[in-house]
Amino acid sequence: MRIGVYVCHCGGNISEIVDISKVVSFAEKQPDVVLVKDNPHMCSEVGQKLVIDDIKEHKLDKIVIAACSPQFQGPTFMSTLEKAGLSPYVLEMANIREQCAWPHFDFPEEATKKANNLTNAAIAKVRLDEPLGKKTMPIGRRVLVIGGGIAGIQAALDLGDAGFKVYLVEKEPTIGGKMSKLSRTFPTEDCAACILSPKMADVLANPNITLLTYSEVENIQGYLGNYEITVKKNPTYVDPDKCTCCDDCTEVCPVVVPNEFEEGLTSRKAIYLPSPIAVPHSYVLDEQACLGIFPLACGKCQEVCDPGAINFDVYPEEIKFTVDTIIVATGYDIFDATQKSVYGFGKYANVITALDMERMIVHASEGNPIRPMGKRIAFIQCVGSRDEQVENENCSRICCMYATKLSQLLKRSDPTRDVYVFYTDLRAYGKGFEEYYKRAQRTGVKFIRGRVAELIEDSQTRKLTLRVEDTLTRQIIESEFDLVVLSVGLRPNEGTDRIANLLRLAKSPDGFLQEAHPKFRPVDTLTDGVFLAGTVQGPKDIPDTVAQASAASARATRLMNRGEYDVEPVMAFVHEESCDGCGLCVEQCPTNAISLSSRDANSDKSLSPKVAKINEALCKGCGSCIAYCPKDALDLHCYSNDQLLAQIKAVLADKKNGEVRVLVFADDMTTYRLADNVGVAKMSYSLNSRIIRVPSGSRVTPKLMLQAFAEGADGIFIGECEEKSSPYPHSVSTIKSNISKVTHILKEEGIDEKRLRFVQFVTVMLGGFVNNINSLSDFTIKSGPIPAQKRKRLGENINERLFK
Amino acid sequence: MIKKLVISSKNVDFLNKINELSGETITLCDQCGTCSGSCPMVSEMDITPSQMMRMVQLGQMEVMDTKAMWICASCFACTVRCPRGLDLAKVAEALRQVKLREAIDHIDIKKIPEDEVRRLPQIALVSSFRKFTG
Amino acid sequence: MKIPYYPGCSLKTTAQNFEISALAVAKTLGIELIELPRWNCCGTVSSLTSDDLMHHLAPIRNLVRAEEMSENLGGDEYKLVTLCSMCFNVLKRSNLRVKENPDELKKINDFMYLEKDYSGRVEVVHFLELLREIGFQKVKEKVKNPLSGLKVAPYYGCLLLRPKEIGIDDPEDPTVQVEILAALGAEIVNNPFKTRCCGSYQTVQDKYAVAELAYDILSRAQKEGAEFVTTCCPLCMFNLADRQKEVVEKYPEFRSIPVLYITQLMAVAFDLDEKYYGFDLNYVDPRPILKEKGVIR
Repeated sequence: MRIGVYVCHCGGNISEIVDISKVVSFAEKQPDVVLVKDNPHMCSEVGQKLVIDDIKEHKLDKIVIAACSPQFQGPTFMSTLEKAGLSPYVLEMANIREQCAWPHFDFPEEATKKANNLTNAAIAKVRLDEPLGKKTMPIGRRVLVIGGGIAGIQAALDLGDAGFKVYLVEKEPTIGGKMSKLSRTFPTEDCAACILSPKMADVLANPNITLLTYSEVENIQGYLGNYEITVKKNPTYVDPDKCTCCDDCTEVCPVVVPNEFEEGLTSRKAIYLPSPIAVPHSYVLDEQACLGIFPLACGKCQEVCDPGAINFDVYPEEIKFTVDTIIVATGYDIFDATQKSVYGFGKYANVITALDMERMIVHASEGNPIRPMGKRIAFIQCVGSRDEQVENENCSRICCMYATKLSQLLKRSDPTRDVYVFYTDLRAYGKGFEEYYKRAQRTGVKFIRGRVAELIEDSQTRKLTLRVEDTLTRQIIESEFDLVVLSVGLRPNEGTDRIANLLRLAKSPDGFLQEAHPKFRPVDTLTDGVFLAGTVQGPKDIPDTVAQASAASARATRLMNRGEYDVEPVMAFVHEESCDGCGLCVEQCPTNAISLSSRDANSDKSLSPKVAKINEALCKGCGSCIAYCPKDALDLHCYSNDQLLAQIKAVLADKKNGEVRVLVFADDMTTYRLADNVGVAKMSYSLNSRIIRVPSGSRVTPKLMLQAFAEGADGIFIGECEEKSSPYPHSVSTIKSNISKVTHILKEEGIDEKRLRFVQFVTVMLGGFVNNINSLSDFTIKSGPIPAQKRKRLGENINERLFK
Repeated sequence: MIKKLVISSKNVDFLNKINELSGETITLCDQCGTCSGSCPMVSEMDITPSQMMRMVQLGQMEVMDTKAMWICASCFACTVRCPRGLDLAKVAEALRQVKLREAIDHIDIKKIPEDEVRRLPQIALVSSFRKFTG
Repeated sequence: MKIPYYPGCSLKTTAQNFEISALAVAKTLGIELIELPRWNCCGTVSSLTSDDLMHHLAPIRNLVRAEEMSENLGGDEYKLVTLCSMCFNVLKRSNLRVKENPDELKKINDFMYLEKDYSGRVEVVHFLELLREIGFQKVKEKVKNPLSGLKVAPYYGCLLLRPKEIGIDDPEDPTVQVEILAALGAEIVNNPFKTRCCGSYQTVQDKYAVAELAYDILSRAQKEGAEFVTTCCPLCMFNLADRQKEVVEKYPEFRSIPVLYITQLMAVAFDLDEKYYGFDLNYVDPRPILKEKGVIR
């Protein structure tokens, strides 16, 4: 091993406080170090060339750079090593600027000693670095889009046009979703069916899209690049290629059931056309409604079908295929207004939902009204939304605008109508929305600010009396209406729940599926390769849905386009000779990346038949699993058990008798960054702290904590990001579990558990970081170092104590 | 005469006191008016229940001179319907208690006609005294 | 089964008919309601401020009695049944308060040091809940004199149903009285104002406001076709029945309508002896209509 160490002056930033010459001479004395140099600016062209030349000339195989934070110039120096032909992963940086010179600018002597200490730790770690290469995994060009509403349609078209193979699965017999039920869309009043139909036709015409309607996703197994899908396609009993939609069959069908497309306002037969713009455009036989197919009870439809399109001898099909990415676009359901019993939906004949009204307007405008509307019509806003009494706190976003639309459509088609909208707020936030609201006001729709408290029905006339406060004039209104329309909110639907369970997708507090990050990853999920599009992620209107669907296809394309995707080599691995196949780790991995499989045929026969294996496509490199292995068989590349122990030993090596030292395990994403920010702000904190970088706080196993105490740590601090921002599932609960195991043992040994602390940070909590570290440091100073006897015992029989 | 509304931080103590006494966070009220629409006694009141909440939110101590809180029948219709989950009955009670705890009762047995007293079931008298005395 | 029973003031005076009919009906259903010894005023109406513990002493003391009594009765059920909706509400509210706040319970127990400590085991139950527990089928089995042709509009008032954590049924759409009346064979009339407050204690100082409410509630019931209104609260009874005097003053065209405790109708349907009906105490005598409908002789 030939380690090269470089100490940077950083143009005075480091050298004005830390005595560089002392660090150089310290490094020269370390075993395996063959070359130590210093330089005013290591990251400059000159500095980098120095490293490259030295690597070639002196045959260096590992590099330590004592300079700024690895989060600052780490990538620069990693590519320097690559240019010199070395693996970028045999580089370690000692952070002697943000985490040494800058916070300790008042104590140059101590800062120099700490710089030596940190350099020592970097050297200790680099000794055990593996020359890993950059990793990529292969990925194909196949996508599953679940849900054939406008979101699914848009995503499928974008991906199909881009040349990817798309499977579009829709549970209804036709695609189109809720949008196909709408009359006109706000704010332009486009006819919904007219703008949707061409897109639906495009789906059918696109050679890259395989459309599976009347089908449901039954099972999803696998991972990014290898999702194994099982779809159940239900039989329609009608061949879409032969059906001419002549309607002869419905005339003879004896069964009458409510028509779901029309929200139950009209009826249909058991054999029916799912919607006027159905794609595939074919009749469908509803098996549940039909009098019986096996055995055949009626069969009249088949008798009259001229083209011979009806065939009863068909069965549900199981279709299996593999895809590389998945887009979930399963949409929404409207709020079940029967839950708001005070409005009498389901009991009072003249109380309807907005979706009912959409259908009524479509039919009325075609000259076929399906039920009377009356002259006095009231819209009640926020039904099922913003309402703790039905436990839905969220706003459903589109109701203000759709009520503005429906109310003015009604008023314009019959100016003798008296139309009211009873609202709490009028949310007209989007493009053209405020103008559209003004148009409604100009048309004569009356907007009254008050949330309707109750509806009372006159049992003779069936008219509704509505009781509400006009909050703007502080008067109570008790007024009778012919028709009351409930502006129902949007809720997650049953299909979404099912798919979420299959894919283990997280839900937001409002029940919709959760995006990976609310600002920067609005269509990703925390599951790699699975994206969200449309109302499945939360209520939104059509423009936003289409935008999101295109965004999801762009994100999927980004992953698939190169044919491979990058992975960090920070991954778990198994010391197979130590693994006894107990399987305790399998259930603990939050991403299900561990499984037990049989050992190779030519393995040592004395070892267990089964051994743990890591699926690198699923492993996120959090290190949570390591704590659960009683045999120390699990480990993590780039942050191995041996490496962390070596670092711990190194930062405690120069501790003198009577001195105390506090170890801070800082998670890469937040706490380490925060510590850097503290340094940049030149805020001081205790000199006896030593920061060790970890990918996540969950990497710090109970064993490591006990070993740290045993080696000389007097206080241990674990810093982690907040749960909701964490890229690692369950990191916080893992940390808490690890800490409680250690606390238990500390208590047994009579050691104050306050020596071990855990705080969740955000990167701007500068004062919080300083206060917490100082607090622990002061505590250890006051309590004194841990007595040698107790310390020794903490290091003994660790696995027995932890796993008894 | 249109009054001017003065909003200042002077009367935030009043809001805090009512918050504490009622156990409710009155600034959560978004003035939707559901409470007023549900109130059976609102036609007898001088201000509506939502207006009462508004006045407390803005720290307007003039609310103590209004009658609405005394006309409230503690029927909890507002409480079960408030979309923000606020318990208005508790807020009205807190306002009443501010007066009642100054030893100013809102009921005087001497003022009730004797024949009424004889007629009323004791449950009416007892509940009335409990609600309107300190 | 024997269950501790809390009567409350009115059940012994203006609402004796409620007690007499309920006790008899309960007996028929195999329930013995045993009056709580040394009970005191329940302390209605409940004090709603966060800092007041004083006004919870009265209800808690009753619960101490109930706990004692349940211990003596043996068994592991610690129930206390009430008939009056107001007693029910205040007892259950205070019970819930101390169950959720053990430090407040301790304060109350320490203050009432002469009493045994209340440990929070009692469950306060309204008589209608008890009936629901037994099952309406059992109620139906005891019906010997079905109330056919009787058009009854159940009235609930507020404290039986609100707030949600105390109420015995859905506060907007309660059905418990409907189910009982259906079991008795009566025809149920839906009164949209069945859960609107009767005015409660405002009847003391503002009787005409109460008259307005009573008029709304009763005239709507009549408009829907009701011949009777049932209730289970002595104050609702007074406000809806006795205050019809004031209603007529304001609305001379108003026709009186009998208001009964639901247990009175149950007693009639169970064909119990007349002495258990208690109709003499009802402000509007129900007997003429009942005789006309052939339900009583």
